[in-house]
Amino acid sequence: MATIRVQREAFDAGLEAAGLAHGRRDVGAVVSFVGYCRDEGGRLAALELEHYPGMAEAEMARVASEAEARWPLLGVTAIHRTGRIEPGEPIVLVAVASAHRGEAFAAAEMLMDYLKTRAPFWKRAIGTDGAVEGWVEAKGMDDASAARWGAAERSKPL
Amino acid sequence: MKLVYVAWVRERVGKSEEELDPPPEVSTVGELIAWLKGRGEGYAYAFEKAATVRAALDRVHVRHSAAIAGAKEIAFFPPMTGG
Repeated sequence: MATIRVQREAFDAGLEAAGLAHGRRDVGAVVSFVGYCRDEGGRLAALELEHYPGMAEAEMARVASEAEARWPLLGVTAIHRTGRIEPGEPIVLVAVASAHRGEAFAAAEMLMDYLKTRAPFWKRAIGTDGAVEGWVEAKGMDDASAARWGAAERSKPL
Repeated sequence: MKLVYVAWVRERVGKSEEELDPPPEVSTVGELIAWLKGRGEGYAYAFEKAATVRAALDRVHVRHSAAIAGAKEIAFFPPMTGG
């Protein structure tokens, strides 16, 4: 069973990754990815992350289940933050444990590709002058990345 | 049924949720969008580019062709930008 969390507080990525192997003798690989808020060349003061509370955890769990169905994983942790996040702070974590590194790398990448295109979170950019710059637009590149794994078209309208 | 609006769809509609009973001839998500557009300026603005708006029935992504019968909660939101 995957560990899925949506929270306002920051997380300790090292602790989360180590937790997947703690006390186990069957884990041979843990791969983790952390997405950070960047300052966009000094223009960005913060991101405001909004989510759809009823659905965010559920969709993250569905994405994790798809990864678990595809590879023999020994553990999955996915954490996504909401609220105000400033440059240098973490936004999202995925960590995957498996017996061998190949499936852990692949699963972590698929999880991130799917989270970006399917998990109901939205970023709003706040500029360094204090003015809200507006909603971040979805990138076609992210859809293309998700499509590499097949069956990622579920969230497409029409 | 409960309608939920998130992110810029919420801002344009001017509310985050409401209870509405669409007429019986509204049977799909796409037809619901067309019906909502007739409810006022905010709705018309939110759904002016209807194809870009995503939908979820009872918290599961669906296409606009999905039937809405039996759904308790229908959400509309922009393409996701998390991660």
